[in-house]
Amino acid sequence: MAVLIYLVPAALILGGLGLAAFLWSLKSGQYDDMEGAAQRILFDDDEMENPPPPKRDAEKKD
Amino acid sequence: MNETAASEAGSGQGTDREKAAGPKAGRVDPSLFVRKTSEGLAQIDLVVQDMHCAGCLRKVERGLNELPGVEYARANLSTKRVAVRWQPAQLKPADIVEKLADTGFEAVPFDPKLLSALDETEERRLLRALGVAGFAAANVMLISVGVWAGLASDMELSTRAFFYWISALIALPAIAYAGQPFFRSALRALRARTMNMDVPISLAVLLATGMSLIQTIVNASHVYFDASVTLLFFLLIGRYLDVQARAKACSAAQNLLGLRAMAATVIGPDGTQHSVPVENLEPGMKVSVASGTRIPADGEVLTGRADIDTSLVTGESVPTAVAPGSKVFAGTLNISAPLTLRVTKRDDDSLLAEIVRLMESAEQGRAGYVRLADRAARIYAPAVHILAAATLALWFALGAGWETAFTHAIAVLIVTCPCALGLAVPVVQVVATGRLLKHGVLVKASDGLEKLADADTIVFDKTGTLTLGEPELVSSGEAGPAEIALAVALARQSRHPLARALAAHGADIAAPALSDIHEVPGMGMEAVLDGETVRLGNRNFTGTAGEASSHAGPELWLAKGRETPRQFRFADRARSDAAETIDRLTREGFAIELLSGDREEVVRELADKLNIADWRAEARPDEKIARLEELRAQGRKVLMVGDGLNDAPALRAAHVSMSPSSAADVSQTAADFIFQGADLKPIVETIRIARGARRLVVQNFGLALVYNAIAVPLAVAGYVTPLIAAIAMSSSSITVTLNAVRLNWRRID
Repeated sequence: MAVLIYLVPAALILGGLGLAAFLWSLKSGQYDDMEGAAQRILFDDDEMENPPPPKRDAEKKD
Repeated sequence: MNETAASEAGSGQGTDREKAAGPKAGRVDPSLFVRKTSEGLAQIDLVVQDMHCAGCLRKVERGLNELPGVEYARANLSTKRVAVRWQPAQLKPADIVEKLADTGFEAVPFDPKLLSALDETEERRLLRALGVAGFAAANVMLISVGVWAGLASDMELSTRAFFYWISALIALPAIAYAGQPFFRSALRALRARTMNMDVPISLAVLLATGMSLIQTIVNASHVYFDASVTLLFFLLIGRYLDVQARAKACSAAQNLLGLRAMAATVIGPDGTQHSVPVENLEPGMKVSVASGTRIPADGEVLTGRADIDTSLVTGESVPTAVAPGSKVFAGTLNISAPLTLRVTKRDDDSLLAEIVRLMESAEQGRAGYVRLADRAARIYAPAVHILAAATLALWFALGAGWETAFTHAIAVLIVTCPCALGLAVPVVQVVATGRLLKHGVLVKASDGLEKLADADTIVFDKTGTLTLGEPELVSSGEAGPAEIALAVALARQSRHPLARALAAHGADIAAPALSDIHEVPGMGMEAVLDGETVRLGNRNFTGTAGEASSHAGPELWLAKGRETPRQFRFADRARSDAAETIDRLTREGFAIELLSGDREEVVRELADKLNIADWRAEARPDEKIARLEELRAQGRKVLMVGDGLNDAPALRAAHVSMSPSSAADVSQTAADFIFQGADLKPIVETIRIARGARRLVVQNFGLALVYNAIAVPLAVAGYVTPLIAAIAMSSSSITVTLNAVRLNWRRID
C-alpha cells in the first residue's frame, strides 16, 4: 500500500491544478459573458487586421 | 436610424412613441455618464439592444476600435452592454455614440449608478464556492469509493484511517469556505427568530462534518465527509443558477430603464445651454424642454404653450394644455411645442414625493409573506429534530451506549438533510424564469412566481395597460369627405398625437393643397385654403362656443371660414388582445376589476367594451391602495397590472404586480414582473407558468419526502452507512432537478 503515498498526493495535486485554473478563469472574467464567448469563436482573427468588404457582415447579420 | 427604431417595436409602446417623435429627441448627452479609470482613461458603458450575433459583436467592437484614442472596447452579448475606455484628450463621448449610430446600432449610455455591483459579486462568490465544493466533492468521493471497495475486500485499519484523515483534510476547509452562503443565511434567519431552509441544511452539514471528524479521530467505521461535501456541491449549483437567472432578468430590466436615461437642458443665467443629469437639477433652475421629450422635473411653465400627455402620471388619457404659470410634473410628455420651465422639484409636496411616501407605507403590508420553501422548513425542521431526539431516546432506552445512540441520531439528521428540498424551489424557479425571459417577461422578484400562482383577483389600470395610451379616430361627426380631406391635410403637418391619429386614419386620402400652414402651440394648426382661413385644433381655437359634448374622450375641431366647426372624436385604443385576454382570465375564474385614474365616462366605455363589470374611475393613488386593502381584507390575493406613476403605490401594495415595459420608471421598479410588447397575452402565459411552477415545486417536495420516508426508518434502525446516505442524497437531488426541467416541455396555449 506504499504506492498510496505517491498516488494520493498526485491525485490531489491534479485536482488542485484544476481548481486553480477554474478560480483563475473566474477571476479573469471569463464567465461574465457566456453568450458572447460562444459567438466569439466565429471571429476570424486575420479578418480583424484585413477588414473584409462590408457585404459579408450584412450576410452574417441574418 | 428609423430601421433601428422599427426593429425595436417589441420593446414597448411608450419607447416607440418617443422615438417616433424625432430620432434625436431626448437623446442623452453621453458625457454625463463617463467615469474616470485609475489609469486616467475615460470609461463609459453603453446599452446596445440590437446586438444579437457574432456579426453585430464584431461590427461594434471593430467600429469602436477604429476611433482614435480608444484603448479598449468590449461588447457583452449576455447583458447587451459595451464597455469603452479611451484617452479623454483624443475623443469626445458623443463621437462614440455617433460612430455606433453610423454602424447601425443605437447606443444609449448606461447609468453606472444602476450597475448592481452587488449581484455580480454574489454570483462570483457562489461560483468560487461552487468550484471549491466541486473539487472537494470529487476528491473525497474518489477516496470514499476506495473505502467502500475496501469494505467488501479486506482493507487494513491503518489504510482506512489514512483515507479518512485525507478526506478530513480536504473536506474541512472546503466546507468552511463553500458552506458560508448557507451558514450566513441560517444565522440571519435564527437571529430574526424565524426558520428557513438553510437552518436544517447548515445543521445537517455541520453535524455530519463534526461527527465524521470525531469518528476519524477515534478511527470508527463510518464517516460522512463525502455526504456533506456533495450535499453542498448540489445545493450550490441550485443557488448559483437561481441567482444567475434573476441577475439576467434584472440586468434586462435595468437596460429598459437605461434606454430612457434622461438629461435636462439647463439654461444658465447668461443664456447658455448645457446638459445635466436629471438628479442634479436644483429648484430655481431654468430648463428647456423640447417638444417630444419628457419633462425632467416638477416645475412651473415660464414661456411657451404646449399640450402635455400626462397618461403615465395620472392615467388621464386626454392631453392637457399648459401655458405660462401652469404646473407640470416630472415624467409627463411634452407633445407639441418647446417650453421653458422653472424647476420647483424637491418640494415635499411634489407629486413624486407623495408617490414615494405612499409606496413606502404600502410596502409594509407586503413584508409578511413567507416563501413556500421557508414555510416547508418551519414544519420540516422541528419534525426532523424531534425524530432525531426520539431516535436518541429510543436507542438509549434499548440499552445501547451513548456513542451508538448519538451516532444513529446524527445519521437520522444527515439522511433527512433537506438537500432535495433546498433544490426543489430554486431549480423550478430557474427553469420558469428562463422560459419567461424567452417570452419577453422579466421576473424581478424572487418570490414573484410563488405569489402569482396564489393570485385570484386581477386589478387592471386603464391607460397604458389595457389601452395603448394612443388615441384613435372613432367618429368624424357630420364632417363630409371634403372636410375630412381638409382636416387630414392639416393634421399631416403636426406631431400632436390627435393629429397623427387623424393623419393615420386618412393616410390614403388625397388632400387639398394648403398654403401658409403653421402650428399655433397649444391651440392647433392654421392654414389658408382658397383665401379662407382653416383651423384644426381645440374648441377655443376654432371658435366653438361652450356647446356641451356627450363625448368624454379627446376631440379636435375643424373650422373653415364661417362654416359651423366640425368635431372629430378620438378614443384611447385598447390593446389588440385586451378583450380576448380579459375573457380568458374571467373563464379561468379570476375576478377582474378596472381601477383607473381617468374620467368616469371614458372608463365606463372601456369597461363595457371589455365586459368588465367591476370598475372604478377617478381613483387617486391613495384610493387605489385603499381599494387593494379592501380586497385583501376580503381574503383576496390581488395581481395588480399597471403602468403609471399613479399606479406605483398600488403595485407595491398588491400581493403581486406586473408592469408593461412602457411603464413609468418608478412603476417598473415597483413591479414584480415586467412584460414587453404590445399584447396582454404575456399576462396569461406568466400566470400559467407560475402555476405550473408551483405544481412542480409541490411535486418536488413530495419526491423529497418519499426519499426521506424510505431513508428515515433505515437511519432510525441504525442501518445508514455512508454509502446509503450518499446514494439517497444524490438520487433525490437528481430526481428533483429532472422533474423541474419538465416545465420546459409543457405546452402553453
